Amino acid sequence: MSSRDIILASIRANLPKLERSLPAVPKFEENAPADLVEAFGKTLTRMGGRLVTDPTDDLRVTVRGLLEDSRLVCSAAPEIEGELDVAAVADPRVLADVDHAVVRACCGVAETGSVLLTDVDLKVNALAYLAQHLIVLLDPADIVVNIHSAYARPEFRERRYAVFHSGPSATADIEGVLILGAQGVRSLSVLLVPRNPIGFDQAQGARPVQRLV
Amino acid sequence: MKIGLFIPCFIDAFFPEVGIATLQLLERFDLEVVYPPDQTCCGQPMANSGFETDASGAEALFVRNFDGFDYIVGPSGSCVHHIRHHFTGVEQTAAVNEIRSRTYELVEFLHDILKVDAFPWARFPHKVGLHNSCGTLRGLRHANASELREPHFSKPESLLCKVEGLELVAASRPDECCGFGGLFSVVNESVSAKMGSDKVRDFAQARAEYIVSADSSCLMHQRGCAERDNVAIKFIHIAQILNGAAS
Amino acid sequence: MTSGTEGDRPDNAKPEPQPRGARHNGNRPIDQAEAAERFLAAPRHQQQHDTRLWTLRQRRDDQMWAMPEWEEMRSLASAIKEHTLSHLDTYLEMFEANAKANGVVVHWAKDAAEHNAIVVDLLQRRGAKTLIKSKSMLTEECGLRADLAKAGVEVVETDLGERIQQLDDEDPSHVVVPAVHKLRTDVAMVFASTIGSDPNNDDPPYLAGAQRDATRPLILNAGAGMTGANFLVAETGAVVVCTNEGNADLCANIPRLHIVSVGIEKLIPRTEDLAIFVRMLSRSALGSPITQYTSHFRGPRKGGEMHVVLVDNGRSERLGMEEFWTSLKCIRCGACMNTCPVYRRSGGLSYGATYSGPIGLIIDPTFNARKYSNLPFASTLNGSCTNVCPVKINIHEQIYAWRKVLVRQHETPFVKRAAMKAAGALFARPAVYRTAVERTNDALASLSRFAIYNGLNAWGKNREMPHPPAETFHQWYFRNRGGRP
Repeated sequence: MSSRDIILASIRANLPKLERSLPAVPKFEENAPADLVEAFGKTLTRMGGRLVTDPTDDLRVTVRGLLEDSRLVCSAAPEIEGELDVAAVADPRVLADVDHAVVRACCGVAETGSVLLTDVDLKVNALAYLAQHLIVLLDPADIVVNIHSAYARPEFRERRYAVFHSGPSATADIEGVLILGAQGVRSLSVLLVPRNPIGFDQAQGARPVQRLV
Repeated sequence: MKIGLFIPCFIDAFFPEVGIATLQLLERFDLEVVYPPDQTCCGQPMANSGFETDASGAEALFVRNFDGFDYIVGPSGSCVHHIRHHFTGVEQTAAVNEIRSRTYELVEFLHDILKVDAFPWARFPHKVGLHNSCGTLRGLRHANASELREPHFSKPESLLCKVEGLELVAASRPDECCGFGGLFSVVNESVSAKMGSDKVRDFAQARAEYIVSADSSCLMHQRGCAERDNVAIKFIHIAQILNGAAS
Repeated sequence: MTSGTEGDRPDNAKPEPQPRGARHNGNRPIDQAEAAERFLAAPRHQQQHDTRLWTLRQRRDDQMWAMPEWEEMRSLASAIKEHTLSHLDTYLEMFEANAKANGVVVHWAKDAAEHNAIVVDLLQRRGAKTLIKSKSMLTEECGLRADLAKAGVEVVETDLGERIQQLDDEDPSHVVVPAVHKLRTDVAMVFASTIGSDPNNDDPPYLAGAQRDATRPLILNAGAGMTGANFLVAETGAVVVCTNEGNADLCANIPRLHIVSVGIEKLIPRTEDLAIFVRMLSRSALGSPITQYTSHFRGPRKGGEMHVVLVDNGRSERLGMEEFWTSLKCIRCGACMNTCPVYRRSGGLSYGATYSGPIGLIIDPTFNARKYSNLPFASTLNGSCTNVCPVKINIHEQIYAWRKVLVRQHETPFVKRAAMKAAGALFARPAVYRTAVERTNDALASLSRFAIYNGLNAWGKNREMPHPPAETFHQWYFRNRGGRP
């Protein structure tokens, strides 16, 4: 008998004899905040993240401002081009020196200030963890009320990797002192940018960000 | 209404004034209160230590002693909690279950059954910290527990509020255990004493002059810690305050 | 304390030595009380520990009050877990099928030894000499690191608290905050002697930064990565890992090989069930709405491979224990530890077991009834743990039930059976009892029969003795009310 058989047999011999049906899980949306964007921003800030609230009309200008002093930019977001072509990365270790990573999130969650990123968005999963700073583009129309609504999204059935980022990396393991930038990113900034921002030439595709030398 | 007066073993031996106050208080409501003389102990000390079978003699004796009363009332939440929720050293006959269901702790009896709305003979012009023992709080549901999302309610508070001059002060950790825990108090003596010290200090910082409880075991433990720590705070059972004890 | 040179430090600011955990002596019962006493004898450590964990309890309460559906969530969480556990075989098979369909390799381990052997074999076959891992209580339970060391594999814990403990050759003391019993001065000493940080700098950001910098190259050069799992979703074959540091994602996404070690009780049926647990876990553990990272792995990363090792190690047997099987609902949030007044004053290492605090008291005896026979007595049965448990395990009632079991199994060395028997007999006989109690000045000694063999001697170590009154209630009653004495 394999261990699998032994374990399953042992479980079957010991199953509790009670009738406990699987309950329906409500959505708990009754107390949803009126302004999802505001709620999202508040919780994101409490989680140590930053909502970039004064973007100019031109995404490129805002992002340029954030990336001005960056040592190395790598973007997986369709609208922004960095220096490292993430699509060509075979070994995640290549991303070890990335300073700023730019990605686009599938959705945001107002309840927890989270953004949902998947392997499709990141191209290389490790990008979101090896970078020192993470910049996330989020369409405000994609902000859902709470975690229940988030889990109803198709990504959890379709994608091989999906992760909620709720602020930057953090720890309070030493005397409860909160430290941001434990193992992962030191900062997480969210820009509320619709998926097809104006100011870009749709016919010609996204125009690259010009890095300031 | 015929009441069987249940005087727990350690109250009989160490805090007779609590038993006296309980008897006198119940008699103020024109109840017939009988004290069965052959009572000893409810079995809790043995049962809580896991020695269920060794509690059976005491439990069987309790059932024999308290047969035939409308209510059995005692000034100890931990004992009543044991009787109503454990008490499994004896065979669970209908008679045993009948006795168990009629056993009440003093505060819940006054609040739920007699629904007392005034204590005109009582006056206690002092700052008082209320300590709810854990068995009484979480077991008998004397009051809401701070861990649960539930509305505030408190049977002892609602009785104490009817005592003239009494001012309740709140500890910063309102329902943290004081550390008595029966056997625990000697088996884990250092932790028990630290918990008791912390509890007393918490009430002292709230400027309580008295700590009141429906459980003398907790009071005995806290008093021991207070005396050792030289904290000038006094201890009194709720029966004594409600019966009109002068401070 | 801020940095300064050794010579500047005045005597009364010298770091307090860290109290160490319970003493292990083969299979002899752990003396939790002895270890707790030593913890209390280090007041700065004890004070920090108690304050820190009480803060977490208060933050948990704040989250509770901010969520009107809190109690409903607890009921749902409990019901989902009880349903899953009562159909565990079905859900495990469902998980395995779905995981396999996603390209995940699924292994089954009967016990700790088999788990460790599977992991060692995987690493050796892939030629991995270093393993980076994120926090997993299961791997602690299995003693994995010792077996990996024997196999010549270097293990690097990436979670800051776990790394501190690993470098200090000490077990984690809490399921969520492994080094909560340490002061910053302790961490500074550990890091100074292991990763070369400045021994005089105990500033937490500096220390955390030192660990980040020292660990990063180890992460980049590791041959394999291992994570635990907070939840397994049967219907999608997903592995869910919750961290605040993001270290699980580093371990899973950088090396080619990702190994997941997980207990079979971590199953939940559907993705929508996950919402309940994800919303309750961090709120209960730390009082934050969610962990910084909530990761869902449904297959290997591009160019990688993913293995899941499902571990039994006594869980299926515990499933059959009528009074104790619901302890398998545990989601390892640590809320019971944070609220437990005994745990906060004893430190998690005083329990001498992988799982400490209230949940430890009820599951450790299933691993070793002799060694952990004292643990269920390290409790006042106050019930706070039961009330904070997000999955409604009746912890304090199981502690009470364990006492009965251990007494029946004769595993209570410190409580003299003879004394209990004598007390029981005395309380059953009113006339004899009355004589014993009312012998002059003897009430104290008589009633000590229900205490342990050394009676109330221990009581008097830190407390004043109760004052024996002039007469008992019984005597007063018959003197004042007449009737037969």
